[in-house]
Order: sequence, then C-alpha cells, then structure tokens
Amino acid sequence: MEQTFTGSRQYVASDELLSAVNIAVTLQKPLLIKGEPGTGKTMLAQAVSEALGKRLIIWNVKSTTKAQDGLYVYDVVQRLYDSQFGNEGVDNIAKYIKLGKLGEAFQSEEQVVLLIDEIDKADLEFPNDLLWELDQMEFYIPETKETIRAKQRPIVIITSNAEKELPDAFLRRCVFHYIEFPEQEQMEKIIRVHFDHLEDDLVRQALAAFYWVRELRGIEKKPSTSELVDWLRAMVAGGIDPARIQSEIPFAGVLLKKDKDLQNLRKALR
Amino acid sequence: MFAAFFYLLRSRGLNVSLNEWLTLLEAMEKGLHHSTLTGFYQLCRAIIVKNETEYDRFDQVFLEFFKDVPFQGELPEELLDWLNHPSDDLRLTIEKLRAEDFPEQSLEQLLYLLEKRLQEQKEEHNGGHYWVGTQGHTPWGNGGWSPHGIRIGGQSRHHTAMLVAGERKFRDFRKDNKLDTRQFQMAFRLLRQLSVQAESAEKELDIDGTIHDTCENGGLLKVQYKNPRKNTVKVLLLMDSGGSMDYYSGLCSMLFQAATKSNHFKKLHTYYFHNCISMNLYETPQMWGPGEVPTEWVLQNYDSSYKVIIVGDAAMDPAELREPTYHWSTRSYSPSGLEWLERFRKQYPYLIWLNPEPMPAKPSYWSQTHWQLGQIFHMYDLSAEGLEAGMKQLMVRK
Repeated sequence: MEQTFTGSRQYVASDELLSAVNIAVTLQKPLLIKGEPGTGKTMLAQAVSEALGKRLIIWNVKSTTKAQDGLYVYDVVQRLYDSQFGNEGVDNIAKYIKLGKLGEAFQSEEQVVLLIDEIDKADLEFPNDLLWELDQMEFYIPETKETIRAKQRPIVIITSNAEKELPDAFLRRCVFHYIEFPEQEQMEKIIRVHFDHLEDDLVRQALAAFYWVRELRGIEKKPSTSELVDWLRAMVAGGIDPARIQSEIPFAGVLLKKDKDLQNLRKALR
Repeated sequence: MFAAFFYLLRSRGLNVSLNEWLTLLEAMEKGLHHSTLTGFYQLCRAIIVKNETEYDRFDQVFLEFFKDVPFQGELPEELLDWLNHPSDDLRLTIEKLRAEDFPEQSLEQLLYLLEKRLQEQKEEHNGGHYWVGTQGHTPWGNGGWSPHGIRIGGQSRHHTAMLVAGERKFRDFRKDNKLDTRQFQMAFRLLRQLSVQAESAEKELDIDGTIHDTCENGGLLKVQYKNPRKNTVKVLLLMDSGGSMDYYSGLCSMLFQAATKSNHFKKLHTYYFHNCISMNLYETPQMWGPGEVPTEWVLQNYDSSYKVIIVGDAAMDPAELREPTYHWSTRSYSPSGLEWLERFRKQYPYLIWLNPEPMPAKPSYWSQTHWQLGQIFHMYDLSAEGLEAGMKQLMVRK
C-alpha cells in the first residue's frame, strides 16, 4: 500500500491535488473531488488507476440511482421463470444475486480504484445510504445470509458538481479537494500532454487569448480545458497563423457554446 | 498545542468534529504531513475543510495560528465594498442635486409638513416650488424632481417616492394570466431535492417491490406499497408590490403563477412588502387589511431550511433602507430596512434576490440602493435565465 501517486503521463496534477490523493489512499478514506466543469475530475480516477497499476471500476450516478443498485440486485423474476421450467440450480439463490459496482469492487481479489461519478445527481439520501458500506467496506445480503466484505479496501474517488449539498455525516468521512482552474503555466503543461508537437508561438498566443476570453465580463459558460484542447486542435487543422489568434479569435464557436457569450465576445473584439 | 488549534478552528466557525480531528492525528502519525508546514497545511485542509467556500476561512485561521502574528481582523464589509467600487458618480450626482437647493429632510419632517401644507392648499397645482402638485420641486406630488419625496397618486417617474401616499390600486398577481409561464416553471423545476422519506399519507404502488415479492411468493400476487419520492424543498417568496414595481407587475405575475403552479414544492408561502421589508409583511399585494403579518412572526415560524426568494427592484429612497422607519400612525420608530434584510440574510443561508431591473453598470443616485443591495445579496435578473442561475444558487450554501 506504500504507493504514492505522482501524476501520470496523461494527467498533470497540482501538488495539492497529489497530496490530497495520497492522504486519501493512505488513510483509506474516500476522496471527494469538486471543481469547475472541465478541470479533469473524472480523469483523475483514470490517472490514479493507471499510475498505481490498478483496475478502475466506474459507477455513474444518475438521478434515479439508488444506493442499493451499487451493492447488489436480486433477480427474482429470472428465478421465477427458471423455477417454472424446472431449470437446475433454482434453489441456489446466490445464482440470482448480481453484484453492483460497489460489490464488484469489494469482491475483487486485487485492490481496485472505484470512481463514484457525480454523486450529487442522486436523491438526498443516497450518500447517507452508503455511509456504512464505505466506512466498513462491507454489506450484508439477507437473501443468502452472506456478508460481502472488501478483500482489499478499494481506493474510492467521488466527484461532485455541487448541484446539491451533500450531508454533513457523509462529508465527515471524506477527504476533500477542490480542483482550481489551472494557472497559465500549469495549463501549458497540460496542453503539452495532449499534443505531441505544438509551435511555441501558437501555444503562447492561444493561451493568452484563452485566458482573456475567460476573464471577459458577462461570460456565462467559461471555456474549460477540454474546450481549449478542441480549439487548439481546430487551429492546428485549419493552419491558423498565430499572429491572428489574439486579434480575431478564430473558431470562437469551439470555445463558447452560448449565443450570448459569442455576442459578448464579438462586442469585446470590436 | 494542536488542541488549541482545534478550538480556534471551531471558534472561527469551521465545523470540525472530533471524528475529523482523530483522522488528522492518525494521518500525522503516518507521517502524511511530511514534517513540513506546507504538508501540514495541505493535510489539515484536505481533512477538515469540506467546501471550497470555506478554504478562505481556513487560510485565515491557519495564518492566525501559525504565523504568530496578531490577527488584524477583516475590513468591515461595507468598507471593502466601498473601496472596491469607488462611487464618484454617486457623489457628484448628489452634490449637483444639493446645489439645486433641495433641503435634506427626513421622512418624519416631510409627513408633518405635508399634513400642514395640505391643510393650507385649496386648489390644484402643477409645477412650482411650494404646493403639492405635479412636476414640481417640492417633495410632494408626482413626476417631480426632488430626490426625497412623497408621491401622491400618479406614476412614479424617478423611483424616489418614499411612500406612496395616494390611493393604491395594485394589480393582483393572482389574476389568471395567459402569458407563457413555462420557462419560469422549468427553472423552478431545478429547485428540487427528492426524498422518499418525506412523510406522506398516500402510498403508491411499489412496482419493483411487488415484482420481487410476487416472485418470491412463487408467482402469487403480493402487492407492495411505498412512500412516493417527494420534493422536500420549502420556499418563502417575498415580493415587492406597488410603486416602482408597477412597471413589472406582468413579469411578477408570471413568476408568481409559475411558482404556485409548479406544485412540487413541499411548502410555498408568499408575502408582499413595499419597497423594502419592514415591520410588517402582507398576505395580499394590496397590502392592507387583515392580511398583515408581523415580519418577526415570519422569521420565527419559518426555519432556516426554507429557501427564500426576494423579488423587488431594490429601488427606494436611501433613507428608507438605512434609517429607522418612522411610523406615522403610532409616531414611533422601528429598525431600518437594512436591519430587517440583514436578519433575513443571517437566518436563511439559501436566499436570493430576483430583480426585474438589470444591475446598472455604474451606480447613480437613482440606483444607489439597488447597487448596495446587489453587493449584499445574490442578485439575479428576473428573467428565465436569471431565474435558472438563481435556482442553482439556492441549491447550495455559499
């Protein structure tokens, strides 16, 4: 378990984020990640799993997801069908218990990285329903009178877009980190990870323009890292002259997705 | 030593539990702070702070404790706001108006003088410096230019009438409106926290549970019921009515209908006020008669889990906001509008202000209260977009 995360070839992380990940891994507590959209919250789990050489299990939470779904599902209907045709093994309930993502992570022989993505999408009780399971890393299946206990405590990473407040009891059990939007210097490193070869001039001009657009007054949906990467791709493909970038902002539609924001930009460019 | 830090954190309003503190000690035993102050800082923050909005507060406490520098305290908020927004324009405008010789008069004086002048005056009067009438320079009447004034009937032109003393015919927001309120309703939908634990007398058929139990029962039907998923959001809607808000009555009506029609809130209470919240709120937009409710009562009966939406143009006489209210009928004072608003802000962590008038780019004399309140409250435009942004704000504490 004495492994430390130092970022990966595909993922550039700040010192603070690295230390938060290592704290969570060592203390065996869930890591709760918040941050602006496009700051790589979901990517983090992939990077951690890659860097530590562990399998990644992703549990995508939706508005109708219940905590139970992550533990196990008992397929009674299939069992009833089978019983009517006298199939073999109907007596064995365990055959009809299907583990959810959390159960899968517990059952794994090796330690895995479990990503619970966008936990704030679900109902109010969802995080509280998982308290015991995440704390003790075990749950009980009454149908088979069996306890599923984690063979290796998984590394749990939870992301939230802050659409809902999470309950205090849940927060107390987590290590928390807020990913700030990267500074220009850090952003350059991130871009270099995504592109093998880029002209220095293009990067410099594009970054200056990008941060200028982000700081514009009245921009509602600020462009994020993923938009910047797309934008750079578009400019490389279009063979844009770097000198023109700051004065014209070509392919602005890639950066800004709202009509109003585009109009604001046009006004500011004039 | 660390215990002292723990108590300091708690006394500065960071809600640290013993549980988290033990986790921190465990982490230190494992050497996760790497024996450096920076490491310790990162470790503390990751374990103790659970919201990015509390990062700043944590930083302050950390500095206070570890820099060994006496804490200087924060600049008072008003001062900071003022420093950030030097309102040269504002001062100039006031000076210009002063130069035209409008005497500073308090509301009390104005009402007294109005009473006296009304006794003297026998005829209609328009334009002029003394009598009650229209387009004049005296503080009474309507369509006038005096910055402190009492409007008597008519249309308010410069939004400064401190009280509308004439007959008030406010449009009832409850009248059926054919306008499309769908966009507002969609925005209100964002305001939901579904919970199955909401108490409810009515149960609904639990399909999954029924299938499960029926199958377990060897195919014989066994019906299951469950509590429906209900929205637990409680909303307190406070609406400015009359005066300068008459321009926006159509818009407010739409908002009101959208709120009442989207009947998915657990509770929705609506009250009206005029210009600024004061001693009393009203149950109807006419704002008199039996529907009068003491603001104190509202504050005591609706707990902080309510999400509060204030709707108003925040345009009023500065005195109405900042100075204690003088009650003509009882000839006594009550707290200023700002004090009442501050009490609301303290009690309700989920509070937004919807303003039908867009925030001015620069403060001017006519919009100084709008500007000031915009600094204190989360203020959004009363449009479908503003409402949507506001609803998102209402879902999280900030």
